[in-house]
Amino acid sequence: MSKVEDGTERGNIPVREHPIGPFLRMDRMPHIWCPTCGIGIVVKCYATALQEAEVDPDKVTIVSGIGCTGRVAGYMKLDSFHTTHGRAIPFATGVKLGRPELLVTVFSGDGDLSGIGGNHLIHAARRNMDLLVILVNNFIYGMTGGQNAPTTPEGARTSTMPYGNFEPPFNLPHLVASCGATYVARWTCLHVRQLTKSIKEAIHRKGFRFIEVIAPCSTLYARLNKIGTGFDLMQFYHDSAEVRHDADTRDVAIRFQDAIICGNFVDEEKPTFLELMTNHYKKVLGDRYVPMPAEGGMIRGQD
Amino acid sequence: MKTDPAGVLTGAHYLDGDFACGEGAMAAGCRFVAGYPITPSTEVVERIARRFPTMGGTFIQMEDELASMAAVVGASWTGTKSMTVTSGPGFSLMMENIGLGAMMETPCVVVNVQRGGPSTGLPTMVGQADMMQARWGSHGDYEIIALSPQSPQEAFDLTIVAFNLSETYRVPVMFMMDECVGHMTEKVVIPPAERIEIVPRKLTDKPTSEYLPYATNGNNVPEFARAGDGYRFHTTGLTHDERGYPMMSADCQAKCVRRLVDKIRGNADKIVRFDEENTDGADVIVVAYGITARVARMGIDLARKRGAKVGVIRLVVVWPFPEKRIRELAPRVKAFVVPEINCGQIVLEVERCAAGQAAAVSVPHAGGGVHDPMDICNAILGAAK
Repeated sequence: MSKVEDGTERGNIPVREHPIGPFLRMDRMPHIWCPTCGIGIVVKCYATALQEAEVDPDKVTIVSGIGCTGRVAGYMKLDSFHTTHGRAIPFATGVKLGRPELLVTVFSGDGDLSGIGGNHLIHAARRNMDLLVILVNNFIYGMTGGQNAPTTPEGARTSTMPYGNFEPPFNLPHLVASCGATYVARWTCLHVRQLTKSIKEAIHRKGFRFIEVIAPCSTLYARLNKIGTGFDLMQFYHDSAEVRHDADTRDVAIRFQDAIICGNFVDEEKPTFLELMTNHYKKVLGDRYVPMPAEGGMIRGQD
Repeated sequence: MKTDPAGVLTGAHYLDGDFACGEGAMAAGCRFVAGYPITPSTEVVERIARRFPTMGGTFIQMEDELASMAAVVGASWTGTKSMTVTSGPGFSLMMENIGLGAMMETPCVVVNVQRGGPSTGLPTMVGQADMMQARWGSHGDYEIIALSPQSPQEAFDLTIVAFNLSETYRVPVMFMMDECVGHMTEKVVIPPAERIEIVPRKLTDKPTSEYLPYATNGNNVPEFARAGDGYRFHTTGLTHDERGYPMMSADCQAKCVRRLVDKIRGNADKIVRFDEENTDGADVIVVAYGITARVARMGIDLARKRGAKVGVIRLVVVWPFPEKRIRELAPRVKAFVVPEINCGQIVLEVERCAAGQAAAVSVPHAGGGVHDPMDICNAILGAAK
């Protein structure tokens, strides 16, 4: 198998630079993801959205937790943090509050963000913290070998539910919407254009923005459930995804191998954590209030 | 560099140790604090929450201590000096991200106002039983720095030292108060800002094309770049190389972890701080820290009145331990007496350094109160025989 050494050549055949090459750490390729894994597609959509949104990449920070999707931060040529399991959101909260001018993205998996990190997810949504959260949902713990997740549909097999999962899963769009998220969308890895557009839209919104992306895990989820390969799952998304913008999030729960409701479910404007804090202190303290500078709270030389 | 006057409440005040610690943090240039309420530490963040909005600082009460510590590490990567405050149960929850802070080499300060444990223990009463946890609490090999103040004045002064050490060595610094010092009210003198020396966050001046996040510059402490300055660096809790890239090999592990350990051990002589009194000609040396160092003074006076020749080593920096000095003193004395509000923690370190040349006598206290000075006196008299 040929190996991409520098991103510009594959053997002797000259190729053009990858369109999102400038956003990737090409010196870290090849990546660790399995063939037909969906995470790479989401990375491509995110990078394309950054490009099209024309944001300054120097002012974009990406924070991941642990797991397959947790590796995204390590492949993006941005200020990137690969943190502890479940703690990407509070870590990102610190980055955002420490330097408010940054666009801070949390990019992680369903187990990381809604399992071990579930408490942080709901509280960041409640505060309307200024974060863009991209959650890749493959219904399973991939990195550790296919264990049950809080998103595993009832009836699906996992390595720790060998007789089928009997726990009800989270309906994530409904969870974060009911906690106060201002932008909530769901797409599958097949909806490349819609997902890119959604991320781009979310970049220009403020507050807690949440995009769930349904992604194939052919190595574990598909194999354990005998539902084919990554390609078969993409075909399944094609056949069973239904775009229903503004759907009531109570109606978008996912059942095993059943319809996947996609679309932009929530898009509303309300004050973010930083706006609430700043406005409140201005009102209460008047001239005594000194907000943290946009470029951060680093103390400069006083000599 | 002199500190930012905005954070300095110059003057003579009547403050408890918790408030004094908060004032020390603000004077040191701390501008981000994330915390979760827990007795007996909460007054530190209450003080900061009230004062931060007037000096460009941000306080956030997080959903738990896991989140607080994660946010502190994140904020520090923007160059903003950051701190969190807790007590035993919260300290346990913070260990995960203290390890991340150590691995990513993130300057930050973690205040633990110690209460009785284990578990929920004695929420409102004193303990000193988290001293080993401060050093070893997160998994894997790493080194941290820990300080222990004995008064509200020191809670102020040493919080500034804690920030300065965390900046110098890019390491989480544990500020190990105890409930007595935290809730004790005394006179605290805060000097003018121009008399407060702080170590600022030093940013790399390398061009972005040449910068490697974990390349060292001779003293084992890498140069820092903050998020948002165009360096587009990567950092991870995984074992990593100079680029900050994950590297799963025993060779890389050796380089990465040995440096985390060596940057503290190799600079121990510069970091170690202790007060030493009357050790010349002493038969017994009392080694103590925090509130117990003050209680021990009464025990020492009682023993001296009974003819004992007693010296004192009061630990100001507890980790790294003043190993060299204990080794020097061991052949000259009969014993070290170590009172502490736990069932024997720092005494183990004293015993190791004394290496059989002097006895190491533990004077334990399970917590909930301080020692009866007579117990310390009796231990001294027994050891002097």
